[in-house]
Amino acid sequence: MPLSEQQIERYSRHIILEQVGGAGQEKLLSSKVLIVGAGGLGAPAGLYLAAAGVGTIGLVDADSVDLTNLQRQIIHHTSDLGVEKVASARNKMQAINPEVTVETYHIKATADNIRKIIPGYDFVIDGTDNFPAKFLINDACFFERIPFSHAGILRFEGQLITVLPRETACYRCIFHSAPPAGAVPTCSQAGVLGVLAGVIGSLQATEAMKYLLDIGDLVTNALLTYNALTLEFRKVRLNRNPDCPLCGENPQITELTDEEQTICDLNDSKH
Amino acid sequence: MNLIVNGNETNVDGELTVNELLTEQNVKMPEMVSVELNGQILRRSEFESTKLNEGDAVEFLYFMGGGHASERATD
Ligand SMILES: [Zn+2]
Repeated sequence: MPLSEQQIERYSRHIILEQVGGAGQEKLLSSKVLIVGAGGLGAPAGLYLAAAGVGTIGLVDADSVDLTNLQRQIIHHTSDLGVEKVASARNKMQAINPEVTVETYHIKATADNIRKIIPGYDFVIDGTDNFPAKFLINDACFFERIPFSHAGILRFEGQLITVLPRETACYRCIFHSAPPAGAVPTCSQAGVLGVLAGVIGSLQATEAMKYLLDIGDLVTNALLTYNALTLEFRKVRLNRNPDCPLCGENPQITELTDEEQTICDLNDSKH
Repeated sequence: MNLIVNGNETNVDGELTVNELLTEQNVKMPEMVSVELNGQILRRSEFESTKLNEGDAVEFLYFMGGGHASERATD
């Protein structure tokens, strides 16, 4: 569909970019991105992708906004306390850009429901806070062949990798499976610098946009690590792992299942 | 012996296995770390038997969730 005059004005700073142009903006408007986790990472990703005019954005999150979230989850406001995160996030995204469709899924992602949700999306952003969900997204995107951005943050550090399933190294190529039971003696709160979520979540949105526009180089076959205290980025080169239980030579994982939570019970955790 | 650990040149005394390097580098919870040696991810079962050689590049890759709920492996 050709851009309206209003759209040409709204997206003018994209359209004047040689690598985007009117055609690129139209591509964004007809694209679909799924964000799993409307928390620290999902907040900037959702806001920027909505502002950018990504036509359909899906949000998956079972939680409601809690006071401890507000230090970093900038899509949620104090007035949203107690509100479902997906609804709170949708309101802000549509306030920025009413022409974006926001699909909300007020559920915890599981092996049963995720495969029904992700087909049809062009790209998935993993903004979850726990390992079972991260493995689940990795595996579901592998089986459905949907590219995704994985990220993690902790204290003053973050990491990021984009996975093109069956082509580039996946999360399980690096981390075979969740850490063994008892590896972490206590479920202590390690903390995180709020702005770290903004940096890493924004990088995930960047990767999504580059993929949708087919421009630049994605962070594939490399883990990008970021240390806020030294302000250093490093790209650790990786190869697909022949031993990978999912995409390796002799895969042990042949169907989608929920990874057991072996670290501690995260049911009450907030993104 | 000179190694490159997480991108930094590191001098260690004598011969070391990957397990010993993890200890030497103060990694308190090796279960929370994946180790890449010269571009290849090692199996956990190989940490004990894999000897490091002069000039090897070793990367410790940490499990990272979404900001809390898991304690990082080192201080
Ligand atoms: Zn893999």
